[in-house]
Amino acid sequence: MLTNKSKQVVKREMTLMEKAYLPAIFSGMIITFKHIFMKKATVRYPEQTRPFAPVYRGQHVLKIDEAGAERCTACGLCAVACPAEAITMVAAERQKGEEHLYREEKYASTYEINMLRCIFCGLCEEACPKEAIFLTDRIVPSSFERDEFVYGKDKLVETVANPVDVTKRQTPAVLEFKKDKKHKHNLTFLDKVTKTFSRH
Amino acid sequence: MEPLLIKVIIVIALFVVTLLVALYATFAERKVSAIMQDRIGPNRAGPFGLLQPLADGVKMIMKEELIPALSNKWLFIIGPCIALLTSLMTGAVVPWGGPIKIGDQVITLQVADLNIGILYIFGVVSMGVYGIMIGGWASNNKFSLIGAIRASSQMISYEIAMGLAIIALVMTTGTLSLNEIVVQQDEGWANIIIQPLGFLIFIICAFAETNRAPFDLPECETELVGGYHTEYSSMKLGFYLFAEYINMFISSAVIVCFYFGGYNFPYQHWFAELLGLSSNALSIVQTVFMFGKVLFFIFFFMWVRWTIPRFRYDQLMTLGWKVLLPLALANIFVTGLVMWGMGKI
Repeated sequence: MLTNKSKQVVKREMTLMEKAYLPAIFSGMIITFKHIFMKKATVRYPEQTRPFAPVYRGQHVLKIDEAGAERCTACGLCAVACPAEAITMVAAERQKGEEHLYREEKYASTYEINMLRCIFCGLCEEACPKEAIFLTDRIVPSSFERDEFVYGKDKLVETVANPVDVTKRQTPAVLEFKKDKKHKHNLTFLDKVTKTFSRH
Repeated sequence: MEPLLIKVIIVIALFVVTLLVALYATFAERKVSAIMQDRIGPNRAGPFGLLQPLADGVKMIMKEELIPALSNKWLFIIGPCIALLTSLMTGAVVPWGGPIKIGDQVITLQVADLNIGILYIFGVVSMGVYGIMIGGWASNNKFSLIGAIRASSQMISYEIAMGLAIIALVMTTGTLSLNEIVVQQDEGWANIIIQPLGFLIFIICAFAETNRAPFDLPECETELVGGYHTEYSSMKLGFYLFAEYINMFISSAVIVCFYFGGYNFPYQHWFAELLGLSSNALSIVQTVFMFGKVLFFIFFFMWVRWTIPRFRYDQLMTLGWKVLLPLALANIFVTGLVMWGMGKI
């Protein structure tokens, strides 16, 4: 007996009161009657919604900066970090006159997340050195077709008109924590490279 | 007015009220089960979900009418019709309120004041078994057949104990007419005080007769798919389900008439004198009380259903034959002894 939770079962003759069955029924009915006045567990869904946890990890967003340019530089760290291998991207060079679209010289010309593969672990967000990808409290909607779950840039990149709030995940504390290189998982790819070089 | 016309009006009114009560009993069942399980229950159709029965009815009618190819087609159709017909017929002898006087005409709020009302109820109720038996047999399905066999053996077994419980009541009241039984309980001395054991046996048997939990073995979903109505769909299924709720309503009414004073309520004449009610007004109040009591018992039926788990089949038969039957016989014997001791025989 490890937990002391097991109970010795005794098989004995029932007493007359127990055999009569009616007292048991009566006490059972009192219990069900009490439940009439108890708090209901139902959430009336369309009108009421259950509050999400502040750290809820739902559909991803590719952030843009204050000027409206995409932050993602197609470094591929998210794709490397992804344990489910759900992220694919194609990098491209920024042309002249596209500065208002892409923040740095390199950008992702395609960026796809397969939502059927994704396990919403948030490692892409953790890996991202540019604060470009975030998981949000939006739920990935269902669909009848498998192809529709491969989300491209059209669905992932936020627009100026429809900004997605990620302040719950991008708190100053989180940003500060990410700078702390004591933790191995906060090392960016660049840190790792310099560390390797300095070792040799 | 013509006496016949009055009777026709009462018949139609009873028919409509019975259907309405049964309709909303289905709704109440879902609500009661919901609130006893800490849920809310249907609340989308209309205010508080009050139009839910209509939505259910439309759903039932719109569903595909399916008659299995290898079934006995006519018996398959007749089954649910008998079930509904017999359940509707029993309400005829129940007095729903005191007499109403218009001019020199006395209208009794009862379709037929049979002097053998109890026998009539028993006759019609035992015919209700045929609806289930025929339906289960005609389906040509093993689950249906087992359900039908269970239903018929259960109803026949419990009818005996029920009848014997009533015999003790008939001994004390000395009449077979429901109206007279109710009139005898005029001053609030309900028969429950004289026949508590008889009431207990009767209500247990009423649960079994209406195939309600904890005696819903004929249609227990966990073992028999749907029991006798496995093969039924659309409104024929609706008939069976509806018959169950009508049976519940009528058996509640019969329980109230037999043991809880019917439309009478305690101190009613004192109360009527106090408020200066005319006898007609008193009759209306009595009808309200009657329906109040009946609705309570319908709630009681549901309350029990959502509390007690189903009996095992052998337990059901043991309870019927080895417990209720001897108890009912002992009840008759003791009733007889007491009546003899009081010099009433």
